[in-house]
Amino acid sequence: MFVIRCPHCCEDREEEEFSYGGEAFIARPTEPESQTDETWGDYLFMKKNPKGWHWEMWGHSTGCRKFFVVKRNTANHAIDGVWSLAEGKKAYETEVKA
Amino acid sequence: MNKDYSFWKLFTQGLNKHQGWQPAWKSVAPKSSYDVVIIGAGGHGLATAYYLAKEHGVKNIAVVEKGYLGGGNTARNTTIVRSNYLWDEAALLYEHSLKLWEGLTEDINFNVMFSQRGVFNLGHTLQDMRDIERRVNANNLNGIDALALTAEEVKQRIPLINTSKNTRFPIMGASFQPRAGVARHDAVAWGFARAASHYGVDIIENCEVTAMDIENDTIKGLQTSRGYIKTAKVGCVAAGHSSVMARAAGIRMPIESHPLQAFVSESLKPCLDTVVMSNAVHGYVSQSDKGELVIGAGIDHYTSYTQRGSPHIIEHTAAAIIELFPMFSRVRMNRQWGGIVDTTPDACPIISKTKVKGLYFNCGWGTGGFKATPGSGNVFAHTIAHDAPHPLNVAFSLDRFHTGHLIDEHGAAGVAH
Repeated sequence: MFVIRCPHCCEDREEEEFSYGGEAFIARPTEPESQTDETWGDYLFMKKNPKGWHWEMWGHSTGCRKFFVVKRNTANHAIDGVWSLAEGKKAYETEVKA
Repeated sequence: MNKDYSFWKLFTQGLNKHQGWQPAWKSVAPKSSYDVVIIGAGGHGLATAYYLAKEHGVKNIAVVEKGYLGGGNTARNTTIVRSNYLWDEAALLYEHSLKLWEGLTEDINFNVMFSQRGVFNLGHTLQDMRDIERRVNANNLNGIDALALTAEEVKQRIPLINTSKNTRFPIMGASFQPRAGVARHDAVAWGFARAASHYGVDIIENCEVTAMDIENDTIKGLQTSRGYIKTAKVGCVAAGHSSVMARAAGIRMPIESHPLQAFVSESLKPCLDTVVMSNAVHGYVSQSDKGELVIGAGIDHYTSYTQRGSPHIIEHTAAAIIELFPMFSRVRMNRQWGGIVDTTPDACPIISKTKVKGLYFNCGWGTGGFKATPGSGNVFAHTIAHDAPHPLNVAFSLDRFHTGHLIDEHGAAGVAH
């Protein structure tokens, strides 16, 4: 059990209030007509599944029902930050570039 | 192999106050090179090494393990063995395994305490019952024993179960596989380790693979915490850590690692002589030979490598078990644990060659790997030895996620895999 801060409600709430939304920022391929089976398979099924920091989505399903982004460590459940989807994507892209 | 565990041996050792037993397997330091290296000394990895040595005559094999032998998911499951899967591919693979279980104690001369006490998969809705009829018929067509039972028949065979209509999810019936059952989880790892060691397999504990040496898409060796090991073939059986190993080889995997929790009660007098599973209410229970109730849950929904999960999952599972068996409501629980399971999108394993020549993966067993231990090792050994899949694992290749030929076993696997 861990506590997650919902960036929309701005409150620390128990994990049980939330539902897990999986890996964040999996980009749907542009130009679907010209994609190979490999690209589609990768998009649909392949996962980063890191042991360490993971960018993921959570939904506040018994609260505001909005989704948001969490950067969580899968090796110890530490949470580095929470963002709305748009803010989270900026933070994610900054980290990837760095 | 040397069948030196016998009643006669027990008797003669007894005369000597049991002072003459030898270690079951040799602890060795890694050599500089091997023909085949298996990553992961759990049940599946050790079984792979055993069948490689026994059936394919491979001489120079090592099994490297970052922790201790059988200390991962082999020690963290609920020991259920069954083969009543829906689709031909999965059913035949698990049935192959079940047949190996039936002769395993004799084959490896180690009592794995395989007890074919039957498994009930309960149905709680009309749709559950339709799915059960369908799965039972599919099983029978594949030569797998299965029966569809009514609630009254379930009650007859399991007197303690609550089949009253006055529950949140009344039991409407069940599928029953008489040949299914449970086995002793540690004995499987120890038995395969001992049998493999007899064939000269090196089992190397506390040896973590830190990097893979790959040149021109061909495996050359492994960088480990105990030095470099040169090898032309690597079989990776790392369960929850398969994604980590795959990344070291530059391969993407459709795997997510989740905690799967289970817990065990204090010892009771014998009261449950079979295995009861329910997808609808999320729980499964059997009674071990020590008398403990062994209870399993569904996975925690988030990904994690921590080998622990959240308490509300336990609460949910305990509630489900008490609804099925009200008598267990006062039973105290002794211990609880979590294992890290490698789940795939279709709830079926990946037993496959990869784009790297000489590197093979056996992973994605998710919540139901224990039952497949001997069969998984058997077909994976064939895949490694022949550099081509066994007929039973052709369908379980990694490229099914690109071709779209998924084997959707969520129904038979479900929460109670």
